[in-house]
Amino acid sequence: MDASSQLTFLGLPILMWIPLAPLLGALINLVLGPWLERRLGRWAIHSVAIAAVVFAFGVAAYLVFGPLLQAFHEGRGGVGITQVAYTWIEVGAFKAQLAFRLDTLSAVMILIVTFVGSLIHIYSAGYMAHDPRYSAYFGYLNLFMGAMLILVLAANLPVMFIGWEGVGLCSYLLIGFWFENESYATAGRKAFVVNRIGDFAFLLGMFLLFWATKDAGAGDAGSLDFATLRSTAAVGVKFTQPFWGGERLAATAGILLFIGACGKSAQVPLFVWLPDAMAGPTPVSALIHAATMVTAGVYMVCRLSLLYASSTTALFVVATVGLITALAAAFMAFAQTDLKKVLAYSTVSQLGFMFVAAGTGNWTAAIFHLGTHAFFKACLFLDAGSVMHAMEHEGSATPGDITTMGGLRRRLPITHATFAISCLAIAGIPLFSGFFSKDEILAGAFAVHPPGWPPIYGKILWAGLLIAALGTAFYMWRLYFLVFGAEARSEAARDAHESPRSMTLPLVVLAIGAFIGGVVGLPHFEHLHFPQWLGEWLKPSLAEDWYASGLPGPQGIEGHESDGEIGGLLAIASLIAVAGVGLAWGFYSRGPSKTVERWTARGGAFADLYRASKAKLWVDEFYDAVLVRPFKVVAQFLLEFVDRFVVDTVAVNGSAFVVGIFGRISRWFQNGNVQRYLVGVVIGGALVFVISDCHHKATFDYKIVGNQIQLHADPGSGILGSAAHVYWDLDGDGEKDKDLARPGELLDKRDVTVTGYDGPITMWVEDPVTGHEVKVTKTINLNEGRTFWPPPEPAADPHQPGAGQPAERPDDSQGVK
Amino acid sequence: MSNVVWNIGYGHFLVLAAVLFLIGVLGVLVRRNALIMLMAVELMLNAANVTLLTFSRMWGDLSAHTFALIVIAVAAAEASVGLAIVVAVFRGRRNVEVDRLTTLRH
Repeated sequence: MDASSQLTFLGLPILMWIPLAPLLGALINLVLGPWLERRLGRWAIHSVAIAAVVFAFGVAAYLVFGPLLQAFHEGRGGVGITQVAYTWIEVGAFKAQLAFRLDTLSAVMILIVTFVGSLIHIYSAGYMAHDPRYSAYFGYLNLFMGAMLILVLAANLPVMFIGWEGVGLCSYLLIGFWFENESYATAGRKAFVVNRIGDFAFLLGMFLLFWATKDAGAGDAGSLDFATLRSTAAVGVKFTQPFWGGERLAATAGILLFIGACGKSAQVPLFVWLPDAMAGPTPVSALIHAATMVTAGVYMVCRLSLLYASSTTALFVVATVGLITALAAAFMAFAQTDLKKVLAYSTVSQLGFMFVAAGTGNWTAAIFHLGTHAFFKACLFLDAGSVMHAMEHEGSATPGDITTMGGLRRRLPITHATFAISCLAIAGIPLFSGFFSKDEILAGAFAVHPPGWPPIYGKILWAGLLIAALGTAFYMWRLYFLVFGAEARSEAARDAHESPRSMTLPLVVLAIGAFIGGVVGLPHFEHLHFPQWLGEWLKPSLAEDWYASGLPGPQGIEGHESDGEIGGLLAIASLIAVAGVGLAWGFYSRGPSKTVERWTARGGAFADLYRASKAKLWVDEFYDAVLVRPFKVVAQFLLEFVDRFVVDTVAVNGSAFVVGIFGRISRWFQNGNVQRYLVGVVIGGALVFVISDCHHKATFDYKIVGNQIQLHADPGSGILGSAAHVYWDLDGDGEKDKDLARPGELLDKRDVTVTGYDGPITMWVEDPVTGHEVKVTKTINLNEGRTFWPPPEPAADPHQPGAGQPAERPDDSQGVK
Repeated sequence: MSNVVWNIGYGHFLVLAAVLFLIGVLGVLVRRNALIMLMAVELMLNAANVTLLTFSRMWGDLSAHTFALIVIAVAAAEASVGLAIVVAVFRGRRNVEVDRLTTLRH
């Protein structure tokens, strides 16, 4: 631990302040919000929210560019700063700490999250200015920031899971923010339920890792610390042990965790919630459903890069799902007519790109694209918000319908300019940030070859992504031309006017980021030594080698391409991007395309494809038929049979009925007649005596110790027992023995010890009141229960000198003989 | 001048106490007149006193005498309160049959 791990602020570990500041903002706005609004006005609400996030950004920037940068230069970038807030769970040797970890990977994430988050908070102040639940909105938004920062900064999987669930909750709250509209509330529920499926797999993966790392942590407990999970020395053997289906454990664990990522990051087959999530306010779509939360899955895969590098099977799944998602979502985006829906499918598609990058071991490219995507997609969404804001003022019922727009470039100059820049970036036009990050992914798919994969699979991924990239350029520019190009197609579009400064300022900042963001990851030309800022920076936090089976040892992930190949790939990607834009221009530069209309009217393959895209490949209908309806049948059964019949009728009413019967019976006794009660008391009292008298049988028990018999009299219960005389015959002569200690008296004791005698022993119990006498005789064999092997203890040996001396045993009956 | 040996032991006293107690119990259970019931309760208390003194004698321990005296004192107090209630009830209702005093039952 170095000095930077000891940094505190106001007595708390400084890393904790990054998520804590927005959480405090959320607390203030959710608890005191309405009061603040009444007393001070709306500026107080958004000031608190924005200040909290900007503060988090400030702390993050200070830590990254101060202590962490220094650590990076000293070669400890992958260790970074770890701070423990407190021990959260401690069971036996297992210990989960609420710990935060700032290494170069989480540093990139917190900078993106807090920076984009700050801008979107500022934007929201303008966008939501007229919403009746202003404080709740900013409270949720801050809560989201807090949860997201916990997710990103977590030092172990359980803490990451807190953030993981927290962002899911905030996503649900904000999608259904306008819950007055039934379909919006449904969209929120859908997001929540679909995410639960993924979260369940995520938990299973976590449990599996915990089980697998049994003695990697302290004691014999498992460890879910990222520090352990990225150390080959600690967990390499565990990850590679054979597990399910002849694969390594890393495959099962990786795929389970990836299913969780599929839910959160909207991958096939769990992507269906994201397009519906557009029901939320547009800044929410920008922040949560484009820039930050949905990238959590990508971040998690990169975070556990060692796990994935240990199983190329898991990576194969990741890359394949990513490719299918990228293609399917791009296809569905073609025919959408809602501004935000197009952007949503575009987000799903871009996330697919990131997963292909992660799936080819190209972690840096995944994070790179995540970062550039955060900028241009946030910018696009905020532009969409600005456009809809402008359209909404004129009372349009569906402000997001792009068929009613057009010609907005003159009405909304700033929005138009920033939208165009972001569109160029996402299409992959050279020199814009998206070009570099997307090319990094394409080149990675082309060159990086995880061992154990089919030889040409990388090329297939590359070709598939090229098609998806072509689709991206096409549908994004279709969107651009339909919104901003040609002439206005409605009153609302003609009268639209630019949004306020608080909204346009974030747009400009994000557009600048979308333009220049690519400089951190320039292409890897061998002869042009471009600085590889992002690559170098992330390297210490990510797995650099394959640990796949069949390899003699670790083998570097990074693929090698000649300058010619890189140049060629860049040229092809540029051509594809330009072709996509050109196609869109050809079809849509004069508003909705007459050609497309004519082709769809004509029928045939094109019309079918168009219909499939428009209907989103019927995925929702398919899920409805296969999953939702059967579930509803089961739910109906549970309602009618289990709830209404078993619980309500049998359990609730049934037990009330039984109790009622007993009540009716006991009412007959409880009639208020004191004398009848007394009969009960007397009978009860008598029964107590009868029952307690049942065991009134005098006896004695004995224990053989060596050659001694220890006798204990049990005269029975009741009057007879407590005051009874107990007489003994310990020598078998049939007479009551005399007491040596009291001449003339009979031996009258409860506990007696006899030495060296075996034969019949008689006990008399005499009732002092009635003189009634009970006689019990038992014949005791000294050898009873004695084993001859192993030899008895010396003390139990009868030939031992000292045994049988009367002085040691005052109760001894020897003297009687 | 009798040669009959009266061999009276503890057992006889205890049997006497038991008989007295049972008469008391039966009196309380069977009779309806509150006055008679109070008398039956007195019988039970005195049966307990006899038992106490028997055992006191048996063990040669005088502390049971103290208990007996306390029981007598309590019995006197109980009897006076009980009789007062009975008299008060009788004044109000001209009747002390317990199964007809049902006002508090409802």
